[in-house]
Parts: sequence; C-alpha cells; structure tokens
Amino acid sequence: MLKVNELFKEELKVINMGLRSFANDVKSQDVPVIHVDWRPVAGGNKKLSSLLSRLKSK
Amino acid sequence: MANIEQLIEQANKKALEIIQNGQPTLVDVSTAGEAIPGMTKKSIFHAGPPCKWENMSGPLKGAIMGALVYEGLAKDAEEAEKLAASGEIEFGSCHEHSSVGPMAGVTSYSMPVWVLQNKAYGNYSYCNMNEGLGKALRFGAFGPEVIERLKWMEKVLGPVVKEAIKLHGPYDLKTMIAQMIQMGDEGHNRNKAGTSLFIREFAPYIVETSFSQKDKVDVLKFMNGNDHFVLNLTMPAAKCTLEAAKGIKYSTIVYTMSRNGTEFGIRVSGLGDRWFTAQANYIKGLYFPGFSEKDANRDIGDSCITETCGYGGFAMAAAPAIVLFVGGTPKDAINYSTSMYEITTEENKMYNIPALNFRGTPTGIDIRKVVETGILPIINTGMAHKDPGVGQVGAGLVNPPMKCFEDALEAFVEELEKEGLA
Repeated sequence: MLKVNELFKEELKVINMGLRSFANDVKSQDVPVIHVDWRPVAGGNKKLSSLLSRLKSK
Repeated sequence: MANIEQLIEQANKKALEIIQNGQPTLVDVSTAGEAIPGMTKKSIFHAGPPCKWENMSGPLKGAIMGALVYEGLAKDAEEAEKLAASGEIEFGSCHEHSSVGPMAGVTSYSMPVWVLQNKAYGNYSYCNMNEGLGKALRFGAFGPEVIERLKWMEKVLGPVVKEAIKLHGPYDLKTMIAQMIQMGDEGHNRNKAGTSLFIREFAPYIVETSFSQKDKVDVLKFMNGNDHFVLNLTMPAAKCTLEAAKGIKYSTIVYTMSRNGTEFGIRVSGLGDRWFTAQANYIKGLYFPGFSEKDANRDIGDSCITETCGYGGFAMAAAPAIVLFVGGTPKDAINYSTSMYEITTEENKMYNIPALNFRGTPTGIDIRKVVETGILPIINTGMAHKDPGVGQVGAGLVNPPMKCFEDALEAFVEELEKEGLA
C-alpha cells in the first residue's frame, strides 16, 4: 500500500503557501490550515530581484 | 574582491549598535531661533522632505501662514500667503536641521522647542511643543485662537517647563518610552500613559518654579488636557537616536521616514543625506463625525520617525486600545507588529511588548528586506483636513510608497558599482 494512502486516513494538518483561496477551500471543509503569506522575491519584479541578488555574496 | 554581503552586514550591525545604544535625554527648553541650527527670523522649517511653496498641501500652507502671522512677519492670512509665495521666506525640512515636528511640523524662530541630547553620542535634536487637539497650527489652522495659544506657549509654557527641567535635571526619555510601551502606549498615536508619566515626574518641579500660581496651574492644566503632549518628546527622542546612525558606509538601514503632505521621503544610513521621495499615500482609518474620505489630506508629518526607531506602529501590539481610533481589532494590532519583524534587523533591547512575551520591538528597517518581501512599514497616524484652517479629521493606518525603497535600493547598488563592488 502506498504511504500516501496512509496519510489520508490520518488527521491532516495543512500549510498553504501562496494563494489564500486554496487555504479558504480547505478551511471550509473544517480541516485545520495555516496560510503562509509567501510571495516571490520583490513581487516577481525582475529588475528589483536582480538588484537584490547583486547585494548577495556569490 | 570584497564580500559585499559581509560589508553590508557589518555596516548594519554598526548602525544597530548605535541605535540600540542611543540615550535620548531631555536637557532643556529653548527657542527655535536660539537652538536650531540654521534657523533665522525669516526661516520656516516644516515636516517631511524639502518642498517648494507651490507644491505644498493645504494644511502645510495653512500652518506656514499661521506661523508668519505669529512671528509678526504678516498681519493676516492674506498677507502671509503673499509673503510665503514671494520667495522671501526660507523654507527648510526640519529633518535637515536636527529637528522634527508632528503633522505640518512648522517651526519658526520664536517658538519654544524641546532640546534633547543623545547622551551616548552627543548629538542634539529639537521639536516644537504640542498645542493640543482641535484647531491647531500643526493641522493647518491659523485663526486668532491658534495664534493666541502659540503666544501663551512662547511666553508661559516654554519658560515654566524650562525652569522645571533646570530644577529637575535631565530626563531619561528612553526609560519613559520603555515604560509607555508597557502601559498601553506606542509613542506615536497613543501617548496617554507617557503624558501621565511626564506630568507626574515634573509636576512637583513646576510647582517649585518662580512663576505665578496662575501660570503654574495653567501649565499643568494644559499638559493634562492633551493626551499627546509627549508626542513632541517621543519624536525627537527617535530623531537623535537615529541621526547618530547616519552615514555608515554600506549600511542599508533607514534612519529617516517622513512626509510633508505631498511627498513621503526616506533616507538611508549608507546613502547619507539623500532623500528618496514619492507621492504620499492617503490614510485608511476612522473619521471624526462629519468628515469622510473626501476631506482628508495625504499623509503628513515627521511623526513616523517613531516607527523608524521601532515604536509607533511597530509597537502597535503594545497598544491594543488604539484600534478604537484607527480601526481593526486588537489581533490586527498584534499582526501588524509581528509582520514588521520581517523587514527589520534586530529586536529592540529596551522597548519590550508584553503581549508578545516581552519581545523587543522590530528595530532597524532594512531597505533590502522591504523590497524583497514587499512588506511596507506600517504607520499609525492622524489625518489632517486637506484645506488649511480646519484641523484633524480622523486617524488611521498608512504605508510609505514602495517607490521610495526601490529607488533607494537602486541608488545603493549604483554607489557600489562606482566602487566596483557590485
């Protein structure tokens, strides 16, 4: 039996990263969920992301 | 090749050491003309980055007109407006003269000012005195009652408190602010406990001064009637703490955040005196009865120097009652403080928040972290009416424009490029 099948027989604890609507869907089914407000670096702005990376050690 | 990340980390460590070691101390009361570097009889200093008269917002113009009448340079508002536009008056940013001022922040020659010294590094800061609520110069009001109150502050309040400080000795504001934060204040938009502490500390010495019974009673009643009396101390306390950390090469730590009602400006330790400005935002919050969004001016004042130093909105978790004025819930207040740890460098060693298990407040805003996370500093502030002469219309929360931090980051990298480091 695949281990993942065992997972879904247990109480799930969910961490959601990114789109909040996914967390809301899980919450609406009474499953405990924590939403992490993850965003890409500099909101995905390539210029700013490049500036930031120039300040990091190679 | 130098490791740029290490250079920045070392510079920021130095900046934070200076900020954490700051000892803002109330040492005197003087007049702006005697104390503030660069102040002349024809100078008016204001909150925020430098601004030309033609670009100034309603409340700032109103406050300047009021100050010109107060100083006797104009006989009425009409004459003041002409004089202000004439080019004869030297306008300046308070911040560029070791000063800060709340809302319009207008500071002129004869005004009494608090004199603070950062005892750890020797530098001074100055701030005018808080007029109280309602129609006040700092909200752009300039009627006869405003001028009369300013005159009383010059002739009575300033001199009485000056003598009381002389009798008392220097007053440690860092300890006062630390106590405030543990008593439900945050030092920007809620100063009730701090004002009480100040009055408790100085009342015996005010009584001991050589002034008349009437003057002493009037001073005590005036202070007691204004829950924000110590705002004009928490602000220069932050100013002299942060100013000592200016000019540390390679530091990405913000040492100034400020607004003039038109633009928001920041300054970064490693970039010296340069301002990075963008249009100031509108504040979101609660309005006084009779006012609404259409009445409010853009964000204005030097008071977000408090957030820059790790209190104010950054300590909102310590002041849950503030949500009654700005909106939201006490849980929101905690969330705002908590999110500020993502864009700052250290926890403050002196300002601890009971509701967060006495965690130190988020201190040392890093422009890299602001741009990387997209999380902007949260500022808790009052709203001025957009027209001169009206006053406060509400209170709420606002963020600086992200552009200020983006431009600062770009400038920082350009400076490193010149040195061949990036």
